[in-house]
Amino acid sequence: MFNFLISKQVKKFSFAGGVHPEENKHFTENSPIEKLPLPKLVYLPLLQHTGKQAKPLLNIGDKVKTGQIIGEADGKISANIHSSISGKVKDLKELPHPLIFGRVLTYVIESDGEDIWDENIKREFVKKEFDSDEIIEKVFKAGIVGLGGAAFPTAVKLSPPKEKVIDTLIINGCECEPYLTNDYRLMIEKPKEIILGALLLKKALEKNNKNIRLIFGIEDNKEKAIGIFDSYKKDYNFEVYTLKTKYPQGAEKQLIKAILKREVPSGGLPFDVGVVVQNVGTAYACYEACYFDKPLFERVITVSGNGIKEKKNLLVRIGTQIKDIVEYCGGYVGEIKKVIMGGPIMGVAIYSEDMPIVKGTTGILFFNEKEVILEKERDCIRCGRCVEVCPMGLLPTELHKFIKRREFDKARDYSLLDCIECGSCAFICPARIKLVQSFKFGKQEIIKKERK
Amino acid sequence: MNRSLIVSLSPHIRSDVSVDKIMWSVVWALIPATIGAGYFFGIRAIILIILSIITALISEYICNLIFKREISIFDGSAVITGILLAFNLPPNVPFFIPIIGSFFAIVVVKQLFGGLGYNFLNPALAARAFLVASFPQIMSASYIAPYYGTISGFDAITQATPLTAIRNAKIMDTPRNLEILLDKATSWESLKNLFTGNVGGCLGETSAILLLIGAIYLLIKRYIDYRIPLSYLLTCFILSLFILPIKRFPNYHLFQILSGGLILGAFFMATDYVTSPITKKGRVIFGIGCGILTMLIRHFGGYPEGVSFSILLMNVATPLIERYTRPRVFGKK
Repeated sequence: MFNFLISKQVKKFSFAGGVHPEENKHFTENSPIEKLPLPKLVYLPLLQHTGKQAKPLLNIGDKVKTGQIIGEADGKISANIHSSISGKVKDLKELPHPLIFGRVLTYVIESDGEDIWDENIKREFVKKEFDSDEIIEKVFKAGIVGLGGAAFPTAVKLSPPKEKVIDTLIINGCECEPYLTNDYRLMIEKPKEIILGALLLKKALEKNNKNIRLIFGIEDNKEKAIGIFDSYKKDYNFEVYTLKTKYPQGAEKQLIKAILKREVPSGGLPFDVGVVVQNVGTAYACYEACYFDKPLFERVITVSGNGIKEKKNLLVRIGTQIKDIVEYCGGYVGEIKKVIMGGPIMGVAIYSEDMPIVKGTTGILFFNEKEVILEKERDCIRCGRCVEVCPMGLLPTELHKFIKRREFDKARDYSLLDCIECGSCAFICPARIKLVQSFKFGKQEIIKKERK
Repeated sequence: MNRSLIVSLSPHIRSDVSVDKIMWSVVWALIPATIGAGYFFGIRAIILIILSIITALISEYICNLIFKREISIFDGSAVITGILLAFNLPPNVPFFIPIIGSFFAIVVVKQLFGGLGYNFLNPALAARAFLVASFPQIMSASYIAPYYGTISGFDAITQATPLTAIRNAKIMDTPRNLEILLDKATSWESLKNLFTGNVGGCLGETSAILLLIGAIYLLIKRYIDYRIPLSYLLTCFILSLFILPIKRFPNYHLFQILSGGLILGAFFMATDYVTSPITKKGRVIFGIGCGILTMLIRHFGGYPEGVSFSILLMNVATPLIERYTRPRVFGKK
């Protein structure tokens, strides 16, 4: 009865700047995660993570099982790639990649329709204790990368330099991008598994550090998830922080600032302020990797947007082509204008439905003429909205001016390299200036110059 | 499958606030004061405003053609300039004045510098300054009384606007007469006239309440930032506390705030995006600067009113203010 009073007392945390786009999560927030039927073909690029491409292990014609390793991590920052179905290697060639400009060596695997899993994958949960090294090893073997979108190899993140003291592990359940509900559904349907996964991540970090705080950060538009995690926090000894719904609340630096009031120094990493941030999906994947020895070959994605008939949350095999998902979701509505991999603010518009789902794919959005409004870019009217919303305290319109004049040194002086490309400025700009595009270009030019 | 997917860089959604929407909202916000101008100064006032708008639009269109720029007459910005210029004219000026002024504002101040976004001075204010310098007689002697009141708003004999009446008295009258005049000027009756707009003055500046209706709409919609008007008005308010003894003239600060073009200037002209700083701190400094200059001109300058000149001076200082008020970058000291 007095629920509304209690909820008002909850302290809500946030950061300076940011925007409030229409959330559009209602499309899918109440749709339970469904399993997508097995695809006939999967396309598995050997580069699905930040870092170096994996080395191919199989030849064309080889038989594979679901979960069998097909690409081996190469170098310090890299990740293993596993087959997501059982069948035969049909091809290995350079193919277009959904997220990376240019072609990437990709395995094409044809299904035998059986879905025979690798025999090392356990099918039953057995409670067990793991030590830090064991966890890092299992996470590495399973090819786990950050599932929030950045796809940074998790095992690397779990092994911070020894001189860095880590005192906090934040599990990121913000999901601040509009439309996306894959993390939310996972939090509601698999909370215990996520918590067990988070405890494993914490244990892994305790190799060199003691008494790490485990914090779940969840935006206040996910009340149900907050309630569920609150109910577990005493038993498993973690904290839950309610965060204001605001984009980009889920960006690492903004999340750390909101919860701990610590600022990652310019050019630095969360390590530098004693923090590691992992996404809830990543925690879940770690749970599966440790307790079941199950590699990362499937993930939950949100399929949404006005352009698709049935909007869903789907558990899909990595490498599934988008067209298979379109077919399962009942096809298009209206004239499809844009297909976006990821969220609508930071996602990538792709040009073909032949593209596969990769590890870092959080969702696929189909926008029809209702959502894609093409407005002409015009001159800046200096309204200052971009300055107001920039979560990094930059002057986007000034930076854009410098880049347009090719004054890259000046752009550098104005901290262009601190830009996190969250797109808040471009979202809010009433003159529709393509600021993110400009900043990406400017950064490349600065980096090019410095290499010389 | 469809083969014509649009591939553009993120973000893929945009806020629904566009330049046109903002500009037209400002036009709507100026409507109450426009109606007020007609009510207080008659149909002539409306004709002056319309002449000013039409000239602005025609000038904008011709410049678009000459400079081969996109046609920008529908974005609302030229309409705003037209209205604001007319708002800054005495009600009895001849019809050629708004035409020359509007032409100057659009062609010389705005389009010659590159169009919307590139002008460093507020077009309407710069044009007003141009008219004051070119036609001093017309611009200073064309004030008339509103239909239902007197020019000064507090004295039937005085044939000058409130601020001019006070200044003239300061220069020419005995201290005793000045005090009597100030007593009248700061009376509730006088303040009421200033608040409703029942006094002499420029077309659109007299009615505080009608201007505030529009301003509140813009503030709620967040189309203008509260920082500039707040710091501007607060500075004028505080400074006027020091000019005359409070105990003797307790309402002098209200008189200062409500008279002349201060409300119009603070909410509609100092807040012009293009010519004011983009940083939050910069906006506060900009407002304070406008306030100090306005009060200096009003009390020590040659003109009775200083709003337009102080805003213009701060327009010029805007790049400098911006340079020294850059926000602190996240993660840097």
